[in-house]
Amino acid sequence: MAVVPILSLLIALPLVGAVLLLCVRNRDHERDGFIQWTALGLSLVEFVATLWMWARFDPASAEFQMVEKVDWIPSFGIQYALGVDGISLFLVVLTGFLTPLALLGSWQSIHKRVKEFCFFMLALESAMIGVFLSLDMFLFYLFWDAMLIPMYFLIGVWGYERRIYAAVKFILYTMAGSVLMLVAILSLAHLHSTLTGSYSFSYEAWLAIAVPRHLQVWFFLAFAVAFAIKVPLFPFHTWLPDAHVEAPTAGSVILAGVLLKMGTYGLLRFAFPLFPDAAAYFSPLLATLAVIGIVYGALVAMVQPDMKKLVAYSSVSHLGFVVLGITAMNIQGLQGALFQMLSHGVSTGGLFLIVGMLVDRRHTRLISEFGGLKHVAPKLVAAFFIITLASIGLPGLAGFVGEFLILFGAFRWNVTFAVVAASGVILSAVYMLWMFQRVNYGAVTNPKNEKMADLSTREKWVLWPVIAMAVFMGVAPWVFLNPMKPAVNRIVARMAEAGPKKVVEKGPGPIFAGEDMRMGPGPNSAGTR
Amino acid sequence: MSFSMIGSALNGIMPVILVTLAGISCMLAEALRQRDERMPIGGLGLIGLAGAGATIVLLWGHNRESLGVVVADNFGLFVQFVLVVIGVLTILCSPGAIERDRLPAGEYYALLLFAIAGMMLMAVTRDLLIIFLTLEVFSIAIYVMTGLRREVFASTEGAFKYFLLGGFSSAFFLYGIAFTYGLVGSTHLDRVSAVVSSQALAGNPLLLVALGLLLVGFAFKVSAVPFHMWTPDAYEGAPTIVTGFMSTGVKAAAFAAFARVLFSALEPLRGDWAPVLWVLAICTMILGTVVGVAQTNLKRMLAYSSIGHGGYLLVALVAGNDNAKASILFYLLIYAVTNIGAFAIIALLGSREKPREYLDDYKGLWHTSPVMAGLLTIFLLSLGGFPPTAGFVAKWYVFTSAVEAGQYALAIIGVLTSVVSVFFYLRVVVMMYMSEGGAAAEVPAAPPRTALVALAVSVAVLFYLGVLPTRLIDLAASSIRSIL
Repeated sequence: MAVVPILSLLIALPLVGAVLLLCVRNRDHERDGFIQWTALGLSLVEFVATLWMWARFDPASAEFQMVEKVDWIPSFGIQYALGVDGISLFLVVLTGFLTPLALLGSWQSIHKRVKEFCFFMLALESAMIGVFLSLDMFLFYLFWDAMLIPMYFLIGVWGYERRIYAAVKFILYTMAGSVLMLVAILSLAHLHSTLTGSYSFSYEAWLAIAVPRHLQVWFFLAFAVAFAIKVPLFPFHTWLPDAHVEAPTAGSVILAGVLLKMGTYGLLRFAFPLFPDAAAYFSPLLATLAVIGIVYGALVAMVQPDMKKLVAYSSVSHLGFVVLGITAMNIQGLQGALFQMLSHGVSTGGLFLIVGMLVDRRHTRLISEFGGLKHVAPKLVAAFFIITLASIGLPGLAGFVGEFLILFGAFRWNVTFAVVAASGVILSAVYMLWMFQRVNYGAVTNPKNEKMADLSTREKWVLWPVIAMAVFMGVAPWVFLNPMKPAVNRIVARMAEAGPKKVVEKGPGPIFAGEDMRMGPGPNSAGTR
Repeated sequence: MSFSMIGSALNGIMPVILVTLAGISCMLAEALRQRDERMPIGGLGLIGLAGAGATIVLLWGHNRESLGVVVADNFGLFVQFVLVVIGVLTILCSPGAIERDRLPAGEYYALLLFAIAGMMLMAVTRDLLIIFLTLEVFSIAIYVMTGLRREVFASTEGAFKYFLLGGFSSAFFLYGIAFTYGLVGSTHLDRVSAVVSSQALAGNPLLLVALGLLLVGFAFKVSAVPFHMWTPDAYEGAPTIVTGFMSTGVKAAAFAAFARVLFSALEPLRGDWAPVLWVLAICTMILGTVVGVAQTNLKRMLAYSSIGHGGYLLVALVAGNDNAKASILFYLLIYAVTNIGAFAIIALLGSREKPREYLDDYKGLWHTSPVMAGLLTIFLLSLGGFPPTAGFVAKWYVFTSAVEAGQYALAIIGVLTSVVSVFFYLRVVVMMYMSEGGAAAEVPAAPPRTALVALAVSVAVLFYLGVLPTRLIDLAASSIRSIL
């Protein structure tokens, strides 16, 4: 038991800050600056706190750490239970990393209702971190649903022209999926009570019960559809382009950077380990959809005239990779999936930030409106270039590691999926570079672009961390891969013993130099091999 | 306890007596009032309700019997407490609305208190005849309250419709009681229960007739589809604050009696009434939410929404296990606080010239009246069942009980319809926050402070119970043991 309830602090800090901000009197916008700085400061403190959590994290353990458990609704066995393991650790850090950037990135584009904007951003951060840290399904669902409201407001109030349509579509789509998951959660709690005599919503207690196979199918479907909508997996993706395009920059960054990961996180954390037999049964189907999503998303992205829409569809493609890695259910696939979640968060978050800067300058998102930006805003273009390459997956940058591991993992499982998915890597280079070329190279054709300002100091501060992180993740992936490993091993072991798909872990050699050397001789790493 | 020495026969109905006395004193005060004298008549009601609340606390856990037909068990007392909360909130939010609609204050408060007294008695009685009497007591008061705005056509229309259909359904109910009496020889629920469970009437078709007639009577009062026709018109026509009161109070009282009759006297016939209620619940949930989507008048929309919420309560009736019974109590309280809050805000925002009953009237309300917009948003989110408001816990509780009873179809339809309902709750939010300008450009009059405090406390309670519902859940769970 941790002495300092650090996980609760992580959830409470943004929320309390948000509520306090709401109490600031700001009738005539006279305190906008104060509010923005306070919100930024809070989110930075939160980021430091997530780093503190990382520092205290024991990378050799597969167990949940810093666990907090308090009885909440005892008659139903509901607990306030938080914990972090290798799977959720970096997603929390990612949330902490992106929120200040999103706030800083929308410093000047948000003019109206600054106070409420900051409130919703911080409340959203709280809920997102809560989703990743919950070990009790009631608590998880609470955060999962509560998170929709701030996002709904962010899109609906501060978004672009069709914001209302996008916001309503976003919330209804997500809810429609998640309420079925709620029924499944209730049924599982009831199942727990029939099997053991008492209600429980605890994730770990659910792992311990044997869910009958015929029920697993239904439970898995309910969970998987809820998460697939969030990912979004083809064919549940139609809400995403609308929400991404209409959301303000900060909304897009958080949406792409963190919210989508909740879907893949849910698959990895809940749907697969809780219902391993059903998961094994449905894996080929999910993988098929994922691969379709990879290719389809890439192809659709290619023909988009709108930069934000292009990046949105590229998310469909990239998240397809993540799902593929999860369905492969071997160490490489899962580690790759987790790594890809992080790298996608950084690179796509960065892309949305840059597109947001362009939109701030020109108030248009159309690729055809730009051209030749290299001549007027070289620094912006340089940053754009690095982040584009990171998104494509150039070796040495963040995107490469994840895609490589996923493809490797997929290859060990099913060659066909791997081969088709690999075409997505090529296609991503096509659509990203083509877009980059049309926006930045050539002569300045549009006179409106001639006076375009280069990066301001604030924007540099937004982009530097993104670039640094993209490079760091590319050259030192083991920093992230090693702490994931024990938890990933645990899931793989659970899946291997349950499913008919016997994946024999032959203990492949270290893929990245230093990966195994830097890991302590933890009992788990030895045990599962 | 010294309280028990007051008079044992009347102990059990002490809360009802206090509220009735308050009602009478309101009438007297109105009679003694000079023409232009301002009198805090509502205050008398508050005193009476506070007294009722205090006696409920004193009676808690004692199962006091009164006059042979009333047993103040915890189940009934819990519902009485809900009714007291409804009464207090309604009175606190009334002053502004009364002045605006030029309602006669004395009559209004007296009728309100008599209605509450009737409802409270209904919640604790164990005799079908008393249920009928109390039903009439509060129904007649509410018919009048619906038509209080005599010069408004819709008000008269709503009152007349409600009265005609209500009288019709009362006849059904009375007929059901008559059949029951004919079969059993008594209208007391204990006696009915004894005879029905003794199988003496097994296979007697008249028993099913009696059951059916009683179901129709109750279904009308809880506005279950297809007996809901009066609801939208009555809700739209009534002064808004009265709508808030009737949409919650009638539901609470009627569901309490409904649950008591079904779970005590007619439990052996579960195989007969559960399928009927199953169908009613599904129709009610679907119609309430789907038709709600098509509404542009906010009061009508909330009318359909309250039909839908009745459907969720019916789900709990069908489920019928201990959790379901407790969830009915929990749900009734949360629904009462939330729904009154929403209606009170509509009532307070409107003016005589501009009632603000249509969705378009809420355009940009956030800019002109951020506090009211914020409060209304929270009430609507709670109605939609979003965490961390208590509306989520209430729905979760009901659906848990449905799943526990194996009623998966009801649970799934329930959650899906609640998504549909979110659509129309959010339409109001869209109007308030995301549409610019519009009719709300004129700033609404500042609401009276008492109302604001009441609403703020309601919101705080919703959040509190949304995050820490344990105590209330345990209280509800312990209250249902005495339902028989």
